[in-house]
Amino acid sequence: MPATVKVLRRPAPGQTSYIRATLKGMALTFRHLVSPDKVTVQYPEEQPDLSPRWRGTHRMEVHADGRPKCVACGLCPTICPANCIRLVGGEDDEGNRYPIVYEIDEFRCIFCGMCQEVCPVEAIHVGVHFENAEYTRDRFVYDLDRLMEQDHPTTLLWDPSDPLSE
Amino acid sequence: MNDLSPTAFLISSSIKVFLVFSATLGVVAIMTLIERRVAAFIQDRLGPNRVGPLGILQPAADGLKNILKEETFPSTADRRFFLLAPALAIIPAAMTFAVIPFAAPLETPWGTVSMIVADIPIGILYVLALASLGVYGIFLAGWASNNKYAFLGGLRASSQMVSYEVALGLSLIPVLMLAGNVTLTEFVWQQQQLGFWYVLPLSLAFILFVIASFAETNRLPFDLPEAESELVTGYHTEYSSMKFSMFMIAEFSHILTASALMATLFLGGWSIPFWSGDHMFWHEGMLISGFTPQGEPIAAAPALWKTLLTFLAFAAKTGFFVLVFMWVRWTLPRFRYDQVMHLGWKVMLPVGLAYIMVLAATILVLDQLAVEGFLFGAVLTAVSALATGIFVFVVDRDRLISGSERAEPTRSGVREVQSARVAVLAGGVEE
Repeated sequence: MPATVKVLRRPAPGQTSYIRATLKGMALTFRHLVSPDKVTVQYPEEQPDLSPRWRGTHRMEVHADGRPKCVACGLCPTICPANCIRLVGGEDDEGNRYPIVYEIDEFRCIFCGMCQEVCPVEAIHVGVHFENAEYTRDRFVYDLDRLMEQDHPTTLLWDPSDPLSE
Repeated sequence: MNDLSPTAFLISSSIKVFLVFSATLGVVAIMTLIERRVAAFIQDRLGPNRVGPLGILQPAADGLKNILKEETFPSTADRRFFLLAPALAIIPAAMTFAVIPFAAPLETPWGTVSMIVADIPIGILYVLALASLGVYGIFLAGWASNNKYAFLGGLRASSQMVSYEVALGLSLIPVLMLAGNVTLTEFVWQQQQLGFWYVLPLSLAFILFVIASFAETNRLPFDLPEAESELVTGYHTEYSSMKFSMFMIAEFSHILTASALMATLFLGGWSIPFWSGDHMFWHEGMLISGFTPQGEPIAAAPALWKTLLTFLAFAAKTGFFVLVFMWVRWTLPRFRYDQVMHLGWKVMLPVGLAYIMVLAATILVLDQLAVEGFLFGAVLTAVSALATGIFVFVVDRDRLISGSERAEPTRSGVREVQSARVAVLAGGVEE
C-alpha cells in the first residue's frame, strides 16, 4: 500500500441521505441536459480552435526568390531526439551553403519543436496544423519541396523571457 | 364491448394489430436514438446527428449494420436454446402493448372502434403474466451461452426480476382497489370520473411502481444483469448481429410498455386533464360519457379530432416517462447486488404491504361514511401524501445505501487496521 492512501470516512448512519443525493444528482444532470453549452466541435464544418503554440507538421521558410532559407548547418538533425531529419548539405559557387537533401519523417517526429528552436536562420518550423491524412505511408516522409509548399501558420515557440506569452 | 359487425371487428382489429406493432417497433428505433442523444446532452456532447436531419436515420443505419454483421455461435453453447432466447425475450415485450388503450374510441362509418388492440377484461393480469415471461429469454440467453459472465448475468436477472415482480404486484393492488377492476380501459375511465389522476391519491404506489419498473426493465440503477463493468455485458455477452439487437429491442420495448403503463395507471392514460369532452367508456354495449344524477347513462360523442388529441396526450405522458427512464440512467450509478435484494425484499415488500393495509382501511372508512367524488380523492391524497412522507423520511436516513448497520463494527475494524498501516508506512518514509 502506498504511503499516501486517502481514507474516506464513511458517514455515520443518520447523516447521509440517499433520496436527497439522488434528487440533487437528477437536478445536476437535468441542468446539463438543457444547457446549450456543448463541448462538441462539428469538425469538418467547424474548425477547432488551435493554440498558437500547437506543434504540428513542419514547414520550411523560403526566400523571396524561392530558395529555402536553410543554410544546412546541421543543427536540427543533431538536436532532433527522434532522429527523423535527414540533411545533406551542399555549397554553391558563391560559397552559400544550401540543403541538397532535406527530409523529415513525420512518423518518427515527436513534434517537440526543438528543430525550430535551434535553427539559427528561422528556416524550419513546426506548424499549427493537424490534417495530415495520406493514402500511403511513404507520403509521410516530407522532402524539401513538400516542406516549402506548406502554407499553414508556424508555431509560436515558448519564450523563456516571456513565460506567460504576455 | 363495441357496436361493430363481426367482419368490421376482424378488419379493424387486424389493422390495429399491424399499426400498433409497427408503431411500437418504430418508436423503439427512435428511442435508441433519443437515448444516445439524451446521454450525449447530459454529458455536454451532441450525440449522433449526422445521419439524416438531427440524426433521425441513425437507427436505420444501426439496423443495417447489425444485419450485415457476422452471426457468432460459441462452440460450447447449447444451440437450440441459444437461438430460442432472443425470440423469447422479444415476444413478450412486443405483446404487452396489446392491452394498453392509447386513445379515445374512434368514430368510423362502420361503427365506433376502441383504440386498443385487445380490450380484455383481465388486462393487468395479462401485463403481469407477460412481464414474468420476459425473464425466461434473459435467463435462457445466459444459461445457453455457456459463458460464466453470461450465466452470472442470467442468474442476476432471474433473481432480480422475481424479487421485484412481488413489489410490482403489490404496488398495483392499491390501483385495483381504487378502480375496483383489472381492465386498463376501466382505469382510464375511473380516473376521469374521480377527477384525480391516480398519481395523487396513490402516490406511494406510484413511487413503488416506478422503482419496480426500473428493476423489471433492467435499467440503471438496476442493470445488474448487464453490468458491463463486472460481467462484460452480462446475459448477451455471446450474442452478435441481429440476435444482440433483439435483446436491445426487447429492452426498449419493455421501457416503452412500462412508461405506457405508468401513464395509463397513474396519469390518466389518454385522458386530457381538466376537460370532460374526452370521457368515453363502453358501458353495457353503449359508449357513454357519464351518468346523469339519476344514474342514466349519457351517450358520448366520439370524433376523429378527439381521438387524435387524446392520442397526443397519451404520447406526451408516455414520452415523459421514457425520458425519465433515460434521465435516471445517466444520473445514478449501479446498485451493489445485496443492495438490490435489500431494497426489494426489506423495503419495497413491507412498504407495499403496509400501504395496501392503510389504503384499504381508508377506502373502507370513506365508503362507510358514503364520501364520494372530490372529497374522496382529496382524503386519499392526504393519506397517501402522509404515507409517502413517512416512507421518504425512513428511507432517507442511510438505511438503504450502506446496507445493514450490523456490518459497521467490521468496517471500522478494517479502517483502524488500515490507518495503523498508513501511519507505520508514513513513519518509515520520514525516517
